[in-house]
Amino acid sequence: MSVLPVAPPAASADTEPGPLRLVRTTLSRIGTMCLVELQKLRHDRTELVTRAVQPALWLIVFGQVFTRIHAIPTGSTPYLDFLAPGILAQSALFIAIFYGIQIIWERDAGVLSKLMVTPTPRVALVAAKAFAAGVRAVAQAVVVLILALVLGVSLTGNPLKLLGVVVALMLGSAFFCCLSITIAGLVLSRDRLMGIGQAITMPLFFASNALYPVELMPGWLQVINHVNPLSYEVDALRGLLVGTEATITLDFGVLVVAAAFMITVASALLPRLSRG
Amino acid sequence: MTVPAVRCTGLRHAFGDTVAVDGLDLEVRRGEVFGLLGPNGAGKTTTIRMITTLLPAPPEAITVLGRDVARQRTAVRRLIGYVPQQLSADGTLTGRENVMLFARLFDVPRRDRRTQVDAVLDAMDLTEAADRSAKTYSGGMVRRLELAQALVSAPQLLVLDEPTVGLDPVARDGVWDRIAAIRAATGMTVLVTTHAMQEADEHCERIALMHRGRIRALGTPAELKAEIGPAATLDDVFRHNTGDALTTENGGMRDVRAARRTAGRVG
Repeated sequence: MSVLPVAPPAASADTEPGPLRLVRTTLSRIGTMCLVELQKLRHDRTELVTRAVQPALWLIVFGQVFTRIHAIPTGSTPYLDFLAPGILAQSALFIAIFYGIQIIWERDAGVLSKLMVTPTPRVALVAAKAFAAGVRAVAQAVVVLILALVLGVSLTGNPLKLLGVVVALMLGSAFFCCLSITIAGLVLSRDRLMGIGQAITMPLFFASNALYPVELMPGWLQVINHVNPLSYEVDALRGLLVGTEATITLDFGVLVVAAAFMITVASALLPRLSRG
Repeated sequence: MTVPAVRCTGLRHAFGDTVAVDGLDLEVRRGEVFGLLGPNGAGKTTTIRMITTLLPAPPEAITVLGRDVARQRTAVRRLIGYVPQQLSADGTLTGRENVMLFARLFDVPRRDRRTQVDAVLDAMDLTEAADRSAKTYSGGMVRRLELAQALVSAPQLLVLDEPTVGLDPVARDGVWDRIAAIRAATGMTVLVTTHAMQEADEHCERIALMHRGRIRALGTPAELKAEIGPAATLDDVFRHNTGDALTTENGGMRDVRAARRTAGRVG
């Protein structure tokens, strides 16, 4: 048997971590969990393809048909160009919203308990999960964007704007992933979460600017649209990718605040989840 | 006087009206293999979950190597390696990736990570299988992989919840042999829950028998058996101390489901 690591005396670790330490740990854990997410993706690449079927249908069928009949006025932007960022946000939403199911599976399998007995603050654990969902969303986005290019959508090649796209997707996914973990923490069962997940994803999608411009919506829907983080995500993605008019600063502001808020709420519910 | 590995003083925990742990006093000495035994629903898992910071403990009720679990949670977590009852390795990752994840989560310095991960994989006889996906592992191999995950941070207290449930006899021996070897090599304390009396008799230095949230008997297996009679087995000790426990099943549905699922996954 080779030499096993023997514990070093860690005197500095005896006090509870301060705010600076907490930020450092959180960033380090986010890096770790994102890496694990990439490793999982590398082992199962078929998932990237199967998950691309739905966005592909939206772009190829819905997008092509609606572009042809000019049913939705999108000004000088072709409808398919208008739609592509919306579908990007949608596919990210669908990935993130079912992360709660993964958390419940991890709880049942003891994985969550094991993670919670590591020196990782709850908030770091949740933030790490949230951004891991983002990594998956970005990997998926690459597939959807390639498809959009093939269909003739003119996308930006500006690396800074593409970086902005990655950030917007990560923040949006973090929000919806934590929303899902929060619901998981409340209902504590996979079946109920499946039901709720399905019940809220379509309304979130339809009450956003993903498919049609805000101006076309009736007043009540515009109100919902304004409190729906998905709309800000789509607005940012559309502004960056196809160059439509967008309130980028406001969009990122809302996404950062929404993600931070949801990470906090989900962290508060995590112990309930590991206990229940 | 040396600081005990674990000390519980008047520990209590209730889920609603159900009292799971009811004034538990317990001391685990440094460097020993300590078995926490009891029927389903005795409060073993609740106790373990409080020691490992998974359930809140009142201040000063539990110390781990002198640190108060209620006040120094992060410090306590750094000292503990924990293997839950379920088979909790990630099947979509390789064995090495599974262990590497925990090396990172325990802040093992970058320069030591690779050697430390290799060392624990080697100690668990998983070097050859290390780069295979964990879903191809047998039940015994998954258990050894989980031990590797728990050991990579060089913990001072290893906590194992039902480590051999659902394993065949050969795999069981494999797990116990590794635990003994680790203990010999590092001198770490091992706290294990089980209801396999035979295993506790063979592998634990001291045993606490838990029933209805309290310790009913404590000592070395030999001492406990001697108290009952010359030819007594630990099963007799168990029956003597828990009385009706074997006839009135009070293990929760979730316990049973978890155990069956684990057994099912092991195959």
